Amino acid sequence: MLTKRIIPCLDIKNGRTVKGVNFVNLIDAGDPVALAKQYAEKGADELVFLDISATLEARKTTLDMVLRVAEQVNIPFTVGGGISSIEDVDALLKCGADKVSINSSAIKRPGLINELSNKFGSQCIVVAIDAKQINKQWKVHLAGGSIPTDLDLFDWAKEVEQRGAGEILFTSMNNDGTKDGFANEALAQLSTTLNIPLIASGGAGSVQHFVDTFKVGKSDAALAASVFHFGEIEIKDLKEELRKNNIEVRL
Amino acid sequence: MKVVIIDYGAGNIKSIQFAFKRLGVDAILSNQPEEIIAADRVIFPGVGEASSAISMLKESGLDGLIPKLKQPVLGICLGMQLLCNDTEEGQTKGLGIFDTSVKRFSKDLKVPQMGWNTITGLKSNLFKGINDNAFMYLVHSYYAENCEQAIATTSYGFEYASALEHDNFYGVQFHPEKSASAGELLLKNFLEL
Repeated sequence: MLTKRIIPCLDIKNGRTVKGVNFVNLIDAGDPVALAKQYAEKGADELVFLDISATLEARKTTLDMVLRVAEQVNIPFTVGGGISSIEDVDALLKCGADKVSINSSAIKRPGLINELSNKFGSQCIVVAIDAKQINKQWKVHLAGGSIPTDLDLFDWAKEVEQRGAGEILFTSMNNDGTKDGFANEALAQLSTTLNIPLIASGGAGSVQHFVDTFKVGKSDAALAASVFHFGEIEIKDLKEELRKNNIEVRL
Repeated sequence: MKVVIIDYGAGNIKSIQFAFKRLGVDAILSNQPEEIIAADRVIFPGVGEASSAISMLKESGLDGLIPKLKQPVLGICLGMQLLCNDTEEGQTKGLGIFDTSVKRFSKDLKVPQMGWNTITGLKSNLFKGINDNAFMYLVHSYYAENCEQAIATTSYGFEYASALEHDNFYGVQFHPEKSASAGELLLKNFLEL
């Protein structure tokens, strides 16, 4: 059986991990390569690197980081953040990234999704969607969730699929950072209407939240940052608990 | 040991090169017939769309060369699919090494299949030391129909051939270069065949 995936997410700035990471046996917690290797050994199924660098110069550092991760890590990884052209994607894939994730650039120019999936194959194009529920309406947001748009989450997700995305990474801004659990109602609605895999993001605080997002939210994968970075949840323990709940995982 | 990864413009081959590097082998990227023929091991990769991949192979004349190779050849992902008789993707004729057809997953499944799934019914030295039901990483929308040359099967709605073997040709639907330690062992086995 295809297993549910557990995906730690690392924020990268100037080629370094930014959010505090608390691994006891790690000498340099800012080194994305060392962190990625540890996560691979701990049983992470995939990794996501989100580049939050502001300048073009810093993005070049990211390419170098991607190359070093590809060199040393034996599980798949996705790179997102600031990607807006075929050239951006080409450079990342050539450095060994398995998938790229686009967000704002796809909202600004939806045709980009078609172009990228035609050129590189839909299997490596992830579209990230940040949305917030306002008056019972899920509205898509731009630029890391700071600017609201008129787009409805479910309409946009369907369009993204039709344009050739291989996967959707949905972050609920209502849940992100709360540690109160994933937005399972919206996730379940997305998962049953979509024909491509769905990654849940935003709200992970406990093992039970992961159980719920797979059982109730019907997600195919779950992404989280701080619960893993600060060792609040060990991936191995998490997967054992998921298995006890009859959720298929790679152990 | 000279390992050549056939470089015909299809997909992410850097990862495969790095995987061999982690095993201490410098694999070379090449589209030169002499270099490919002289290699001890040949990797036939592929990510992307079948008909354009076959066109790229034809442009470089490699479609005729590959079936004549005598050393162990490993097709990975689309590489494996192109070694089959035919594929529904772009109604493409394959190189005909593996006597099976490649079809699209049905619409009631999430496509692509993306993630880790198990391989079972392992019957080749390629899997030496790898447990039945080991996990491998897969990303694909098309699958090879189960057949006599299957040396592993995987279930996604139904059983399909996730690895194939015929004479000196091997094919795997999964990505050993991205399949953690089980994948590494498979690549090591391939070098030791």
